[in-house]
Amino acid sequence: MRHLLSCADLDLSTATGILDLAEEMQQVQSRPVKKLPALRGRTIVNIFFEDSTRTRTSFEIAGKWLSADTINVSAKGSSVSKGESLRDTMLTLDAMGVDCFVIRHSSSGAAAQVASWVRAQVVNAGDGQHEHPTQALLDAYAMRQHFRTVGAEGFAGKKIAIVGDLLHSRVVRSNVLLQHTLGGEVVLVAPPTLLPTGVENWGCQISDDLDPVLGEADIVMMLRVQRERMAGGFFPTEREYTARFGLTEERLAAMKPDAAICHPGPMNRGVEISSAAADAANSLVLDQVAAGVAIRMSVLYHLLGSDEGAVH
Amino acid sequence: MVDPAPREVSTSSTDGSGPTSGSEESSRTVVDASELARSLSRIAHEILEANRGASDLVLLGIPTRGVHLARRLARLIEGIEGSPVRVGDLDITMYRDDLRRNPTRNPARTSIPGRIDDAVVVLVDDVLYSGRTIGAAIDALRDLGRPRAVRLAVLVDRGHRELPVAADHVGRTIQTAADERVQVLLTEKDGHDAVTISRGGNR
Repeated sequence: MRHLLSCADLDLSTATGILDLAEEMQQVQSRPVKKLPALRGRTIVNIFFEDSTRTRTSFEIAGKWLSADTINVSAKGSSVSKGESLRDTMLTLDAMGVDCFVIRHSSSGAAAQVASWVRAQVVNAGDGQHEHPTQALLDAYAMRQHFRTVGAEGFAGKKIAIVGDLLHSRVVRSNVLLQHTLGGEVVLVAPPTLLPTGVENWGCQISDDLDPVLGEADIVMMLRVQRERMAGGFFPTEREYTARFGLTEERLAAMKPDAAICHPGPMNRGVEISSAAADAANSLVLDQVAAGVAIRMSVLYHLLGSDEGAVH
Repeated sequence: MVDPAPREVSTSSTDGSGPTSGSEESSRTVVDASELARSLSRIAHEILEANRGASDLVLLGIPTRGVHLARRLARLIEGIEGSPVRVGDLDITMYRDDLRRNPTRNPARTSIPGRIDDAVVVLVDDVLYSGRTIGAAIDALRDLGRPRAVRLAVLVDRGHRELPVAADHVGRTIQTAADERVQVLLTEKDGHDAVTISRGGNR
């Protein structure tokens, strides 16, 4: 694999391979020596033009546990703030002999653009409102583990409801693409004002009524309603949003037995998810976080473990 | 992203000739099922004799076929001693020295039965060839603990070592040419027990 820019890059065997290896990688956390030599001598630069503690840290830990040299570049205080273009910044770092960039940028398509410029391999760690493939992979990982605990194998026939601000979310597109490959059925639930354009071509059922969906969903994934969007006129009031689209205590009780709750974080308790739901026994929120390092180890191994993805 | 190929394929294809579909035809059986069973039984006794019993013993099979062999040896040892012996799997993919040169392969499972500190670890593999797999396995063990001793049991030693590695317990030593391919077949994976030799290349 050369880059991971989009979940559309993953075929079924690759996606399954990444999930399977992540299970192995999770074991490394309980070893006396938390280190595998697979990426010795590789240099990974995490370059984040947007703040993200959890994604950046888990990529950094993942690289280090695989023995790569990982370096964090914060765009703040870098030459970017002195007016250098993204292209010049990336080409400068590329010229230093970096093997892989893990990039987060506020512009959709930034990672793909960078991948077309540099010799190094590129992982998209979130580009604008476009994609966040490793988040979708760790969501799928947590879901798969949950399905196993209730005695089911695989995603076929499973219904995954993704609820909330789909318009500003990069997680939703990656999840839809990945579930399309893995075989899960995605139902999108949002007010019409928070649906992305072109969503009717995604091949998903779309609804603006959460309650009927809730009774048949195996996974209910709540997306954050970003408080800064409130001013945008996407919905009348926060309370009205919660009443129609929030996972309230009553809705928690209405969920199908064996169904589980996901949230990519950070959560707005009391807005899109109630504390009762966030802390419920069937909430996978902390499992998602725990899977973050293992999934990213697996992704980095699939990209950098062999020379086949590198340019010589 | 290719499934892990049998190790002999990657090591013997360094001469530039990969395995061919026609190689099946020219393969000959050098160890049959009953000989294989006797070899394993002898190895089980040897392990017990060298270790003076089954205490502190941990058998670690190297995927793919080493795992099955380790399980069989564990059953044999239990049958002799009457008490269970710890057995696990040790995947060495990430420790291979040719990892970067080959297409990405997904590692198999590693499961270590408890702590290996101060235990006597017996690595179990099907074929001992270049010794590189065992070299990688010793590196992998170092990250998992500090065994009192590490021993090596293999079903077949086919020579052509590239590292200073020797097995403590060998089922069968077979003289081979470098372009030949030695394959251990096991019921658990291949439907029947045998050791076969075939010509690797089509030259």
